[in-house]
Amino acid sequence: MPREGFYRRIKELEHETLEMSEMVCDAIGRSVEALKNLDAEAARQVVANDAQVDKKRWQLEDRCVDLIATQQPVASDLREIIATLSIVRDLERIGDYAEGIGKIVLMHGHEPLVRPLTYLPVMAEKAVGMLRRSLEAFVQRDAKAARLICDEDDDVDRLYDQAYHDLIGHMIKDPSVITRATYLIWAAHNIERIADRATNIAESVVYLVTGTPTELNVSKY
Amino acid sequence: MEPQAKIETKDLNLFYGTFHALTDVNIRIPARAVTAIIGPSGCGKSTLLRCFNRMNDLVEHTQVTGRIAIDDQNILEPQTDLIALRRKVGMVFQRPNVFSLSIYNNLKFGLRIHGMLSRRNEIRQSVRTGLEQVGLWDDLKDKLSANAHTLTLEQQQRLCIARVLILRPDIILLDEPCSALDPIATLRVEELLRVLCKDYTLVIVTHNMQQAARVSDFTGFMYLGRLVEFADTQKIFTNPAEQLTEDYIRGSFG
Repeated sequence: MPREGFYRRIKELEHETLEMSEMVCDAIGRSVEALKNLDAEAARQVVANDAQVDKKRWQLEDRCVDLIATQQPVASDLREIIATLSIVRDLERIGDYAEGIGKIVLMHGHEPLVRPLTYLPVMAEKAVGMLRRSLEAFVQRDAKAARLICDEDDDVDRLYDQAYHDLIGHMIKDPSVITRATYLIWAAHNIERIADRATNIAESVVYLVTGTPTELNVSKY
Repeated sequence: MEPQAKIETKDLNLFYGTFHALTDVNIRIPARAVTAIIGPSGCGKSTLLRCFNRMNDLVEHTQVTGRIAIDDQNILEPQTDLIALRRKVGMVFQRPNVFSLSIYNNLKFGLRIHGMLSRRNEIRQSVRTGLEQVGLWDDLKDKLSANAHTLTLEQQQRLCIARVLILRPDIILLDEPCSALDPIATLRVEELLRVLCKDYTLVIVTHNMQQAARVSDFTGFMYLGRLVEFADTQKIFTNPAEQLTEDYIRGSFG
């Protein structure tokens, strides 16, 4: 293998992309937990940790640029680096959505939740599942699995719809909860966006494997 | 509809003695574009290039079968006028092969051997146009009587290209034209090729894959005497159809 060093660097890049995805999965879980318990301290932690995710994004982008500039990658190597660039940007944005939920917790303050969370944790679990599977498809170069992930986005959209209508119902019944209910709609919306970003990652995987840029799922939102 | 082919081979086979150098090559080279031929050493890319102006005829015990059509004319037919063919299909080599003559006479020489000598002012005009086309006129117009060997390698290579252009060819074959040049001179010659391809059909053989990617519109990959894949350059370098092409351009074999 004449380019052992180059392929080792590509593998490292892949490995660190997985690490970054674990960082954001963790952030999503903690942010939803903080919202569920209205735990300001945990929320502050999520907000603070996002700086690490941002840092990782710049590090990985820098590595991609370095490999392009110095190694002249072509064909599947080039597609892998282009896909990685796109994936780390999606991951960074997913991190921002989790951070956003942390900020919503802080805005919410100590007043009780309008209602106990039901849809939100399910949505978050589904979104995290999609995210993990999209990264798995990335590692396995599995375009078929990536395409299936995109179908799951419809479930998350449906749950968001239900959460939205439910919360609007609360607002109509009791206008004094409008602010708090709006916060929950924002949080649900963030999770809906996370699932969309997971489908972006799946699209990057399809591009990596097939070489054809493909729009897999047009989100309702 | 596919663009019209300037050069088209059909089941082209070539033997050097018993060595089977080209096997069933079918290639369509589009007009007014740059086509790059890449592949490892000994894959037959220079041999293929030399078929297009029948330079291989100069190698003993060469046997060619199949068809090579230039503008639909089979150049393998015995009645082909080789002098006319080589005027129409010019060639530029790896090392600039200027003659130890003045710059002016280097250019005039080609006109003379091809019987294109005309009036002195017409020759002067041809020389000027040729040098202008390769971006040398401004630098050299006041020293046309200097020996061509006093020029830099880049200038010499440009002069060689001018010497081909002055004969008003249709096709220019380039066999590793930049391998003797430094990186900046290489990029400048590549820019020149991009300008020339508006009027000429260029075929370049290169070991330098990045050069093929930069300069060509179409790329053919050859391996062990066969044309493995031919496609748009962008396709070859982002998503080749053949595993062998992929492995070669990624540098994972060889």
